[in-house]
Amino acid sequence: MHGGALALVRLIGSTAKDLAPIVVIIGFFQLVVLKQDIPNLIDITFGLLLVMVGLAIFVQGLEMALFPIGESLAHAFAKKGSLIWLMVFSFGLGFGTTVAEPALIAITGEAAQTMAQAGAINGDESARSEYATALRYTVAVAVGASIMLGVFRILKGWPIHWIIIAGYVLVVLLTTIAPPEIIGIAYDSGGVTTSTITVPLVTALGIGLASSIKGRNPMIDGFGLIAFASLSPIIFVLIFGIVVQS
Amino acid sequence: MITEWIVTTSHTLLSTMFDILPIVAIFVFFQLFVLRQPVVNLEKKIIGTIYVLLGLSLFLVGLERALFPLGREMARQLTDPAFIERTGGNIDIFWLKYYWVYIFAFCIGFATTIAEPALMAVALKAKEVSGGAIGAMGLRVAVALGVALSLAVGTFRIVTGTPLYLYMVIGYIIVIVQTMRAPVMIIPLAYDSGGVTTSTVTVPLVAALGLGLASTVPGRSALLDGFGLIALASLFPMITVMGYAQISEWRAKRAIRTKE
Repeated sequence: MHGGALALVRLIGSTAKDLAPIVVIIGFFQLVVLKQDIPNLIDITFGLLLVMVGLAIFVQGLEMALFPIGESLAHAFAKKGSLIWLMVFSFGLGFGTTVAEPALIAITGEAAQTMAQAGAINGDESARSEYATALRYTVAVAVGASIMLGVFRILKGWPIHWIIIAGYVLVVLLTTIAPPEIIGIAYDSGGVTTSTITVPLVTALGIGLASSIKGRNPMIDGFGLIAFASLSPIIFVLIFGIVVQS
Repeated sequence: MITEWIVTTSHTLLSTMFDILPIVAIFVFFQLFVLRQPVVNLEKKIIGTIYVLLGLSLFLVGLERALFPLGREMARQLTDPAFIERTGGNIDIFWLKYYWVYIFAFCIGFATTIAEPALMAVALKAKEVSGGAIGAMGLRVAVALGVALSLAVGTFRIVTGTPLYLYMVIGYIIVIVQTMRAPVMIIPLAYDSGGVTTSTVTVPLVAALGLGLASTVPGRSALLDGFGLIALASLFPMITVMGYAQISEWRAKRAIRTKE
């Protein structure tokens, strides 16, 4: 226990280094460029302290829980050898972590507003919330499907770049026929789907699978799930825009 | 003031717990009904999960109470027409008047990405899996440079009003060309690093910057031009991470050649 506490103190010290750039830049812009004082200095110092301690505790939790959970699940599935259950699990993990994601809820709400202002959908409350919900489920299905495809790729050992390049070509083709208002939203939706808790879990799952299957290299086959999860929403949302418009 | 902090912290803790509820449900279901195996180190995993929840909540509260208000206010002031007139009034080229915005976008993109917890997780794993060949800090700096560049380019795009898809298509082409030439080991990791950059720290500040800019630059619409910064921030790190690997490989080869 004593060793753990010591490690935590050391970890807090090293997170100070991670936060230094933010402090320097905000200080520089506030004092030199905007020529203003720093307001609520006590509040900010206390907040920074919380950020440091929080980050240190989070990293410790990563090593204790998220990484081992992801890896041991991967090993358990490899041992069980049931492809169908692994696919169901992958879809569920992608769908479940995305559908309630606050950043996604925010961006789909904004998207509904944009579409209403552009006159593409009805402006009243119910039409907008219906649109936002449909969009949110579209993205969640997209992430679920992409984690499933990504896990399947690890099992098969397919090279990732052909799938990603094919995805890019699809995005470009869809962009040419999608309504212009949806394009910015579609491109942004790829970035908001992968949260701080999902990323470590999914990464550990991919690496765990690649290292428990013979002939797979964790470096080449283990990474890539996040990449799929960030690309597929763009495609699904563009298709969603085309379908809703017509 | 203290009560305010406690209220925000418990509120954030609750919403973080709510966020991971679906994940916990899926894990419990599969553990109990499909895998049906005893969990190794169950106690440690539960404590670790509590650490993750607590750590992330404290982190978010600290950001929300201390840094985000200041950062958002800064983004608003830097995009304010009065500030632009004061610092760039004597510059003839329209887009160049906004030079402080580009510099701020670059710096804040770099700084927030270095502090991004999801990126730390991936960097830790990459270091472990590559046996130390890919340094955790090297990867994080490469990704942060990518986000920094993307925000500078993205704010430039909003000021000039050029279409987003042009930048995305050019970015895709660069990624494809690099994929053909970069070391095979780095490619999946580089693709992943695009997705991890934009979560807790970067998105809130970036959204304020994009929205502020799109609503103050004459002729731009906040709704049509405000989007797109996150998209570029997920694309550019792929380019810089592959670039980082290409430069390391090239330097290693050159070192061997000079030795011979």
